[in-house]
Amino acid sequence: MPGWKPGLRESALFGRDTIHEIQRAAREGIYDIRGFGAKRAVPHFDDLLFLGASMSRYPLEGYRERCDTDVTVGARHAAKPLQLDIPITIAGMSFGALSAPAKEALGRGASEVGTSTTTGDGGMTPEEREHSRMLVYQLLPSRYGMNPDDLRKADAIEIVVGQGAKPGGGGMLLGQKISDRVAEMRDLPKGIDQRSACRHPDWTGPDDLEIKIHELREITDWQKPIFIKVGATRPYFDVALAVKAGADAVVLDGMQGGTAATQEVFIEHVGIPTLAAIRPAVDALQDLGVHREVQLIVSGGIRSGADVAKALALGADAVSIGVAALIALGDNSPELDADYAEIGSAAGFYDDWHEGRDPSGISTQDDELAARFDPELGGRRLANYLRTMVLEAQTLARACGKSHLHNLEPEDLVALTLEASAMARVPLAGTTWVPGA
Amino acid sequence: MDPSRAHPAEPGASGRPPPSGLDAQEIDLAITPLRDLNAALHDVGEDGPRRWRVLNPRGAHALAAGIDAPIEVDVEGHAGYYCAGMNQLATVRVHGNAGVGVAENIMSGSVVVHGNASQSAGATGRGGLVSIRGDASARCGISMKGVDIVVRGSVGHMSAFMAQKGRLVVCGDAGEALGDSNYEARLYVRGAVAGLGADCVEKEMRDEHRTELGELLGLAEVEGCEVSEFRRYGSARRLYNFHVDNAGEY
Amino acid sequence: MCGIAGLFSKSLDVSGGLGGHLGAMLLQLSDRGPDSAGVAVYREPAPLGSSKLSLFSPDPDQDWAAVQDALAEEFGAGEPELRASHAVIVVETDAEAAQAWVREHLPELRVMSAGQTIEIYKEAGSPRDFVEAFALDEMQGSHALGHTRMATESAVTTEHSHPFSTGLDLCLVHNGSLSNHNLLRRRLRREGIQFETDNDSEVAAGYLTYRLREGASLEQALEGCLDDLDGFYTFAVGTAEGFAVLRDPIACKPAVMAETDDWVAMASEYRAIAVLPGAESATLWEPEPGRVYSWERAPV
Repeated sequence: MPGWKPGLRESALFGRDTIHEIQRAAREGIYDIRGFGAKRAVPHFDDLLFLGASMSRYPLEGYRERCDTDVTVGARHAAKPLQLDIPITIAGMSFGALSAPAKEALGRGASEVGTSTTTGDGGMTPEEREHSRMLVYQLLPSRYGMNPDDLRKADAIEIVVGQGAKPGGGGMLLGQKISDRVAEMRDLPKGIDQRSACRHPDWTGPDDLEIKIHELREITDWQKPIFIKVGATRPYFDVALAVKAGADAVVLDGMQGGTAATQEVFIEHVGIPTLAAIRPAVDALQDLGVHREVQLIVSGGIRSGADVAKALALGADAVSIGVAALIALGDNSPELDADYAEIGSAAGFYDDWHEGRDPSGISTQDDELAARFDPELGGRRLANYLRTMVLEAQTLARACGKSHLHNLEPEDLVALTLEASAMARVPLAGTTWVPGA
Repeated sequence: MDPSRAHPAEPGASGRPPPSGLDAQEIDLAITPLRDLNAALHDVGEDGPRRWRVLNPRGAHALAAGIDAPIEVDVEGHAGYYCAGMNQLATVRVHGNAGVGVAENIMSGSVVVHGNASQSAGATGRGGLVSIRGDASARCGISMKGVDIVVRGSVGHMSAFMAQKGRLVVCGDAGEALGDSNYEARLYVRGAVAGLGADCVEKEMRDEHRTELGELLGLAEVEGCEVSEFRRYGSARRLYNFHVDNAGEY
Repeated sequence: MCGIAGLFSKSLDVSGGLGGHLGAMLLQLSDRGPDSAGVAVYREPAPLGSSKLSLFSPDPDQDWAAVQDALAEEFGAGEPELRASHAVIVVETDAEAAQAWVREHLPELRVMSAGQTIEIYKEAGSPRDFVEAFALDEMQGSHALGHTRMATESAVTTEHSHPFSTGLDLCLVHNGSLSNHNLLRRRLRREGIQFETDNDSEVAAGYLTYRLREGASLEQALEGCLDDLDGFYTFAVGTAEGFAVLRDPIACKPAVMAETDDWVAMASEYRAIAVLPGAESATLWEPEPGRVYSWERAPV
């Protein structure tokens, strides 16, 4: 630890991060804003382990013996549900938060492996629609860029009630990222700080949301699946209400979910961990008799095939990635460490996505920086990463004797900690005990 | 809305254009499902009927939502939520009241409500004209993005909240928090304003504004109001970039 | 979240068909409230010195005759009027005494309402099933409130359904979601108000009962809501004489009001009013936020 000498003792309460933040607040008089997701450690999938095959369970051979990965999302009401080849989708991230080439790369990578991307708080760009084989179009409180033509061009519609990073908060984009193009798409003056609407302008509550969903179905002639996205807070009630409001699928974003910009206090102190949200959500679906009929897509800190497999084992139908996808594209890459140092950060630590100075060209609107990012290469990298996660998940599933990822179940898991055990409702490893069950 | 200013439904007394030689296609929602009506309106194409009449709406939701053709639709009675939602090119006339979110996200064309409109009239509208002959309720023009809204009566609280672009004309009174967090929309009010929202201020009426207002009143066929009776409101632009001294406004 | 409705009759015709009209309103509100339904109907006043209890039993084979006998022995009681899982009994004592006695001696039953004229019926299940099971079409009355429920945070059970009654001839239906109800419930409990559920709407009803008990008029009690209740609400409140409507100052939840020569009505959506006789020519308006609207029958 730099500066340390024997006899010096750091405070757990007022450690260097806290001191830095208090002094920053004293200088600036405003809350700290940043991107990325929750950085502090909370119970997560790493605290769960799979029970592989042994004497009572038998594994499947790799390669020859199939482990399928496909999932259909949104068949409940829509004429044309989404047919995904893999149970990993790309989460909603806006053009504005991300550069145009970054959005293009996400589309390329997702399409290469047969999955979907999602628009964000700025609306649909032609690049993304062109490069995404399956595109989910978000309806957010702001309604930036919302129009019926794009609604009809989309493959699915996602009504955003909230996101994991800031359940109860709205979209945020600061002036430095409101470029000409972003300003035009969002009908805002260039260079100003966009203010956030946290509620939808024309409905509040699931009873009126039901009427809104009906309107969207009428406008799109009942063709498209409609998702509802919520940040994880009261997942049992939220999922039940989403079903009652008429959702074809629910997207549940845990507190670790990323954002392009919001208050640090929001990111770290609101919402529950993804791990804690899944079982209550599945309970709600099962209690209503619609598990597997209304799909559950879980996001917030999905990083590897192990995370994917565990989320599915707990009852999700698919997962969605955001931060992980950006890292796959090249965000926070060690090769750019010198560039990150120039803007006061370091590779692996950079989370000031709101500033729009990202040297990787991903979370910026600066044309010069964005030009550094090669969307074709980015697309290939994302596709590689997605394939890797799927292979990993299949490996784990085969080891548990499953011929389809959906056949993973909670009983395939045990926990390493009390918290994870209670939250995931699986026993502590080597015991039959689930706290609170 | 004040009950003393309530408007009883008066089909027939609502200023519709005289019958032309072209017969309107009639759909009776007491017999035909709403889905069939909207499907037909979406499928008009080049050769389909140009004029439509919807009978017995009885508060149905999403009536005439998502039209994308230069047709005319007369709704004979009260509409529910989201009537003419996301309208493109069409002229939709409601001969009665309209529920929440009438003409929400309208892209072009025009929507006329001869009675009163409920909350969030013209919400997030991006073009075209929304004309309310009676009163509009709270949140009229919320988050508007280019639509023009003309209200012959009064509007409720939080009207033009986070309004970005477009024009709102109120011939009656405006409720509390008018134009809160407004960006570049222009607001014209003739009656009393109960209160202004964050960063909304009265602004100077110049010739270009009088011209614009006159045009809007003409387009909406407003009678009995003079341009000189209106005042203009808009953003003080102090919230465009965060400054700690304005923290109380957020 | 939910649908709410209220109907106040100004004519004999409408009173004669009150239950049927309210049932038709509830059906229009089923989409926004599929989980359970309930009504409070004000009808057939109990004679002076007597009072009415609306009782619920979870037991489908409940022996109501035995209940009548027990009450008859203690106070004197009439024949129970049975509707599905509920029974309405006229008891020859005041409502407070009757209610307290039932709570103590017949704890397997729930007292849904107590008073001179009020009858509350509520049940989990679809509004359509409710209207049929409780034979709403047969009911006459002077005024009534109705509710269809989409449960937000508390369970879907009979007890959690609306209307809630925490006072004599008093009831409340609520569309919205309160955000400080746990705090309030604890405070009200300390003041002696009883609660049966964890439902936020029940807290609002309890708050009104408390304020009325402490001497506030209904209008003052409702105005107190604006200060003391936090969250989103459209309330409709029923009293012996009439009903009242209040929306919170932000007013995100809907409310439509209508009046003809024969009735005054309130509902979450216009289509629930469209089913009433003469609705096409009714005067229609939306209640302003933060303002109490009330209608009362002149005392005879």
